[in-house]
Amino acid sequence: MTFKTILLGACSALAFSGVASAETLTIATVNNGDMIRMQGLTEDFTSKNPDIQLEWVTLEENVLRERVTTDIATSGGQYDIMTIGNYEVPIWAKQGWLTELADLGEDYNVDDLLPSIRGGLTVDGKLYAAPFYGESAMIMYRKDLFEKAGLEMPENPTWEFIGEAARKITDRSQDINGICLRGKAGWGENMAFITALTNSFGGRWFDENWQPQFDQPEWKEALQFYVDLMKDAGPAGASSNGFNENLTLFQQGKCGMWIDATVAASFVSNPEDSTVADKVGYAIFPSKEGVDNHGNWLWSWNLAIPASSQKVDAAKKFIAWATSEDYAELVASKEGWANVPPGTRTSLYENEQYKEAAPFAEQTLAAMQAADITKPTVEPVPYTGGQFVAIPEFQAIGTNVGQLFSAVVAGQSSVDDALSQAQSATVREMTRAGYIK
Amino acid sequence: MARSVTTRHKVIATVAAWAVALLIFFPILYTVVTSLKTEPEAIAGFNLIPSFTLDNYVTVQTQRDYIKPFTNSVILSVGSTILALIIGIPSAWAMAFSPTKRTKDVLMWMLSTKMMPAVAVLVPIYLMFRDFGLLDTRIGLTIMLTLINLPIVIWMLYTYFREIPGEILEAARMDGAGLWQEIVYVLTPMAVPGIASTLLLNIILAWNESFWTIRLTTATAAPLTAFIASFSSPQGLFWAKLSAASTMAIAPILIMGWFSQKQLVRGLTFGAVK
Repeated sequence: MTFKTILLGACSALAFSGVASAETLTIATVNNGDMIRMQGLTEDFTSKNPDIQLEWVTLEENVLRERVTTDIATSGGQYDIMTIGNYEVPIWAKQGWLTELADLGEDYNVDDLLPSIRGGLTVDGKLYAAPFYGESAMIMYRKDLFEKAGLEMPENPTWEFIGEAARKITDRSQDINGICLRGKAGWGENMAFITALTNSFGGRWFDENWQPQFDQPEWKEALQFYVDLMKDAGPAGASSNGFNENLTLFQQGKCGMWIDATVAASFVSNPEDSTVADKVGYAIFPSKEGVDNHGNWLWSWNLAIPASSQKVDAAKKFIAWATSEDYAELVASKEGWANVPPGTRTSLYENEQYKEAAPFAEQTLAAMQAADITKPTVEPVPYTGGQFVAIPEFQAIGTNVGQLFSAVVAGQSSVDDALSQAQSATVREMTRAGYIK
Repeated sequence: MARSVTTRHKVIATVAAWAVALLIFFPILYTVVTSLKTEPEAIAGFNLIPSFTLDNYVTVQTQRDYIKPFTNSVILSVGSTILALIIGIPSAWAMAFSPTKRTKDVLMWMLSTKMMPAVAVLVPIYLMFRDFGLLDTRIGLTIMLTLINLPIVIWMLYTYFREIPGEILEAARMDGAGLWQEIVYVLTPMAVPGIASTLLLNIILAWNESFWTIRLTTATAAPLTAFIASFSSPQGLFWAKLSAASTMAIAPILIMGWFSQKQLVRGLTFGAVK
């Protein structure tokens, strides 16, 4: 055996021991465009941190939520980083299930995070998750159809205007629906929209004593408006439509307006997928005449470290990388500014290159700045949240109420019956959960 | 008197059989068709003629590793089936040939475990797996899949064994065969069609099991069910990619079922005609 062979063998052994001692982070995430893009760019992270390897677990949103909830509640320790929404962050942080993200490194510019997003991830002054991308809701409308109908979108549109415009634009013979809105049942589906709608009508889910408010006139007015609008100007089968179905309809030119998450703007303005890419205008989420509330829809997907993780330092390094300004630069250099994850950092909206690549940037920022999840309603409430109520019971209650409201859109029930059933079911659940004494 | 079978009856029966078979097979066919469409085509509405694009398969291959979950699926389904047969054959033998007055109750009790919704025991099972260090391990999931399918295995084998005349086993005993020889050299060869169909059915059930295989795994032991689940997206179009992933996941078991259908049918109808 020559000296050279021995040397090569020693080098190989060292290389293997290096791999063996590398820490592997298991990251649970959802399958959306920004997350897939990040998985494709992780070589940048692993080359800078050769002692850290990454394992991705990608799941459907509801399965992911159930999986990570089971794991975190039982301290299973299966994940080192979890992708969770701003609905879960405050609830889980209060349970002591998340690690505080106090020190993400000297270079991490935490003050650059959008205040509304950062506020939703902070409990008792401590940050428990870092936002990967954020969104509010806004109107996306067809400028050509508005012009044809002699309409002009106001700077602050009211629901009354939206109702009139939708009915005027509707042309069943041309398969054009005046407006497309979510109808599919679910706390994160139709109830996200209907809750924001009701906020902007001056309504609220609960009063200061946690009494459900479905028996109040604001709910009746908002729900009746929504149901009538869907009947007069909505697409066929609207009770089955969620984000993806409405996205397809809008991209195919079958919707005059679509009110939904701001992240949709990048899809509808992409000429590769959308037939109306150059005809889309954007406006702020409407409010009822005389009510100063634009729904307060605010959502972010965030990276957090469960308290059961044994690899906190490595996990923090990854989170700092994935949510940094440098990551935005990396995405821009590889895939263009339009593909940078939106809605988390102020600096992105000050970047001229981004503003040029994303014509919806200004409106997205305006929508996000208008949202205040600490004061989502006109009347005082004992909860935070915008298009959701940040209590653990909301997932079950919201989905139950969502099914009742979806049945009204499908013509299987009336507004009065649905509201009455929603009231009694919610009172029952809130009493059982101990909110109502 | 035997019933005469006319040509008309034969034609009606054949057409009816084809109609039922097509109805059952249609979801699989439409999944394959959808996988060959573009995303806008996939969500546009019912259409049986795709644009025959293979982009979805390329995307699926690029985004996720197929080999690792495929290997896990093979290990888990074959492993759990072998384990279930090792436990199931002696159990079914005991119940078929040495029944006690409680045998029927035991069989019913075993079957009753299948009547409980799996989610009801999710947290206790998860805690046990955590404490025994079995989360995201192939051995843990093999045990789980064995336990899930064991009642079906024992019931099927019990039914087949009951069809074998006890006198044959008695004759073997009189010729000096011990218990082990009786099971291995006399009973098993006679029940081969039944055991083979039990084996094939169990592999299919284990391959398709999604509740536990998604919830008890993360990255290491995740099989093809988790691979499919990763293509569902909350925002953005995904039907065509999901269909491509599903087609890739069901293809191996579909091919296996196709080649072994004769054995499956023979086993499933074993003892139906005396």
